[in-house]
Amino acid sequence: MKVARARDFGLIGCRTCGLANVAAAGSCRRCGTPLAARKPASIGRTWALLLAALLLYIPANVLPVMYTSSLGTGSSSTILGGVVDFWHAGSWGIALVIFVASVAVPTVKFLVIGTLLVSSQRCSSWARLQRTQLYRAIEFIGYWSMLDVIVVALVCSLVQFQFIGTAEPRVGIVFFGLAVVLTMLAAMSFDPRLIWDAPAARRMGEG
Amino acid sequence: MSAPGWVICQYCDALYRARALAPAQLARCASCRAVLGRGGRLDAGRLLALTVAAGIVFVIANASPVITLSAHGQFNHATLLQAVAAMLRGSDAAIGVMVGVTLFVVPLLQIALLAWVLAFARLRRRAPAFVPAMRVLQLIHPWSMTEVLLLGVLVAIVKLSASLSVITGAGTYAIVALTLLITLIAKRDTAALWELGGR
Repeated sequence: MKVARARDFGLIGCRTCGLANVAAAGSCRRCGTPLAARKPASIGRTWALLLAALLLYIPANVLPVMYTSSLGTGSSSTILGGVVDFWHAGSWGIALVIFVASVAVPTVKFLVIGTLLVSSQRCSSWARLQRTQLYRAIEFIGYWSMLDVIVVALVCSLVQFQFIGTAEPRVGIVFFGLAVVLTMLAAMSFDPRLIWDAPAARRMGEG
Repeated sequence: MSAPGWVICQYCDALYRARALAPAQLARCASCRAVLGRGGRLDAGRLLALTVAAGIVFVIANASPVITLSAHGQFNHATLLQAVAAMLRGSDAAIGVMVGVTLFVVPLLQIALLAWVLAFARLRRRAPAFVPAMRVLQLIHPWSMTEVLLLGVLVAIVKLSASLSVITGAGTYAIVALTLLITLIAKRDTAALWELGGR
């Protein structure tokens, strides 16, 4: 089925209120938001944020995220170490939840955003519907990765007992949190309409 | 529907003629299957009631301890803001900022701004500063993480109950209620609010 695209008719949907505007207008008639046919420099910005997130994700996994001491003996744990501890303690459900939120979701996000960027840059017409659905899925699941940051903050503020035990955050969790924030920003800066743009439209547009 | 009679899909730029939708009817994009619009009028009164309820629950969730721990006669408890403050004092202030923004500032702003906009919508009027309020609501929407907090509290309870005794209380249950209410109010499609009486 042939679908008409707003750009071909000189129309732009306002990103704030969704109203259809004439592209020449400059700003939205209803809410005054400046109009842009596509998010500015979407591909470049998304690559930059994605690579920065990938870079931070390395120390986030290598460095410890939490230090716990009880009765004089202390130990640090990494994100994966925490998953393994839950697994050995028999809490398989919790181990799975943390694995999904902290390892599976970020990894899938890196792969999906990377795939969307490469395929959009090549103006590929492959699986447009599925790529758009993948983008919506990434938008929807992305923030669940903040789970570990919240758990560390809760545990560390609670476990403050004299003699019995204390817990403190370690720098790995900062890298982890920043990596999650950057992947969210990367997803937001990608413009899914680029998936549908024909090569001719791209050359005329800002790209 | 909007004045000029066109609807544009925000995901794939597909262009459609606007059509009136029956209540409970859903319009989907033919090329990318995104939801374009929902039929039925926005019931501002009901949504406002839920928003006020969310505000009350938000106060309870922040005033009472989320979790209380006891070990050998020592008790320790933390409210959400105490957890944020503890992080901000330490060397990992960035964690405090992230947790404070996503679990306190953003949900509070969502509740306050929605209540403001809806209170006027009930009278079929646009609130003063309607456009900035709607713009802020849209901007902060992805950063509202109360439902992740609920999962985080559950994980923390399991983690801590292995070696200490964990006591849940009003704060814990308030987070469950707040998660439900925030999902009901803030994840709702508020596009219909834009159609309120002119500028």
